[in-house]
Amino acid sequence: MSALTKLTLVESKLFLRDRVAVPLTLALPVLLVIAFGLIPGIRDPDPDLSNQAPIELIGAIGVSIALAMLGLSVLPTVLATYRERGILRRLGATPVHPSALLGAQLVVNTAVAVVSMALLVGVGSLAVGLPVPRQLAGFGLAFLLAVAALFTIGLLIAALAPTIRAATGIGMSLFFPSLFLAGVYVPREALPPVLRDISDFTPLGAALQSFRDTWHGDLPRPLHLVTMAGYAVVAGVVAARFFRWE
Amino acid sequence: MGVIDVRDLRKRYGRRQALDGVSFEVNAGEIFGIVGPNGAGKTTAVECLAGLRQPDSGDIRVLGLDPRADRAQIRQRVGVQLQETQLADQIKVWEALDLYASFYPRPRDWRELLTQWGLADHRDAKFSTLSGGQKQRLFIALALVGNPEVAFLDELTTGLDPQARRATWKLVKQMRASGVTVVLVSHFMDEVEELCDRVAIFDSGRIVATDTPAGLVAAAAIEQRMRFRPMAPLDEASLSGLPGVRAVSRSDDQVVVTGTGDFAGAVTGALARQQVLVANLRIDQHTLDDAYLALTGHPGGPEAE
Repeated sequence: MSALTKLTLVESKLFLRDRVAVPLTLALPVLLVIAFGLIPGIRDPDPDLSNQAPIELIGAIGVSIALAMLGLSVLPTVLATYRERGILRRLGATPVHPSALLGAQLVVNTAVAVVSMALLVGVGSLAVGLPVPRQLAGFGLAFLLAVAALFTIGLLIAALAPTIRAATGIGMSLFFPSLFLAGVYVPREALPPVLRDISDFTPLGAALQSFRDTWHGDLPRPLHLVTMAGYAVVAGVVAARFFRWE
Repeated sequence: MGVIDVRDLRKRYGRRQALDGVSFEVNAGEIFGIVGPNGAGKTTAVECLAGLRQPDSGDIRVLGLDPRADRAQIRQRVGVQLQETQLADQIKVWEALDLYASFYPRPRDWRELLTQWGLADHRDAKFSTLSGGQKQRLFIALALVGNPEVAFLDELTTGLDPQARRATWKLVKQMRASGVTVVLVSHFMDEVEELCDRVAIFDSGRIVATDTPAGLVAAAAIEQRMRFRPMAPLDEASLSGLPGVRAVSRSDDQVVVTGTGDFAGAVTGALARQQVLVANLRIDQHTLDDAYLALTGHPGGPEAE
């Protein structure tokens, strides 16, 4: 087995041994959909949600929370830990460059995001009649851009934070406002217009709205796609510029 | 030319000159010690040798290669155990060894290393559950899993209890026996004296002496003292002229001779020729610690920090 394959395999095992990240990213989103799916009338279009069924909003929220957890919490904390504890430095003394560990982390976290989303959609549709996103190609595109935007922001946090505590702190201070602006606590329709405009320009706001649109059967809005792509590029470039291996 | 050849190595961090013209050679198959107080430049030197740091100037050859220009090759042939590096808490001992083995073109069988380094019983233990000694043995096994020709060990036994230290020493000797050239950074004089074939004493970014441990003690020319009770009448003046002897004195029935180098051998030889038997013979042996103090002007060991 090649070094990169083995590294990815070991990082996957380490992720699965994480007693906080596994329930929050793999179990919580699908449980959210099942719990809300038990409420009668949740599959009927709701005029307060632009005539979307609330179950679709819950589905979009579940996918968004998993991505935000991975990008804003898991990824920066793990990478800051690997740097602070000299794991990246030690790897630098082997024939494998420490960037391989970064790559393995991105692969594992992307896989977790896909599995979490597939569980939510699969179990949700079988158990509580959650529809599969009707504009499936648009949903896939939005999902990929959301992963790219949130994970590069995670890399950026790891690049700028001097310590593990700082990485966790910065991640959490972005996580909760992001959920609020994205319309997780109260739906976007209930936000004041100015916050709705800001939401369009936040990565999680653009992601969640794209998921809702494509679940409903509409194409994702170009503004949201461009917003996510923009964060991915800018955060990626700055993270690459400032990332320290030790 | 040795396995490692370092010429006039210099490295500055801001206003601090970490390495100020360091030169030394390491021969194939020896354990070469680098000792000195904290901040003497020991770790910086090792990091430059391992290609982890770029020196400001100087020439380094490790196995005939330049650690920076021939990065890829060096990393395949050199193993390191670094200070202040850990592993992921949740990784198991066998997973770490198996993973690191996959990084190298001709790795050793990590199962053998598990047994050799006394980790077989902890094969499935997670890193965070290991004791300090077990972690240290795992780090050494990781340094060896790539089947290196040269191993750099930085502060190998810091934080270990005396029993674990001695066990680790035994294993380092085994490394030498298997043909690996070892560069050992330490601030424990007893460790260096026990393990190293040759030692470089670092102080403030320079090497103040390089020799065998015994050679360093001799070269430091520290005054030693021997005392004995002669069992027959003795002409003390006959001892004062012997090579190395500085002074002879008598208090009650005890004779005290001070001197340098191998004066004690000369004195016992003279006593034998005069057929004088002695009782209560005591020679205060000097150690590398004393030599270190004489050479650097401050005491060795961790209390020097």
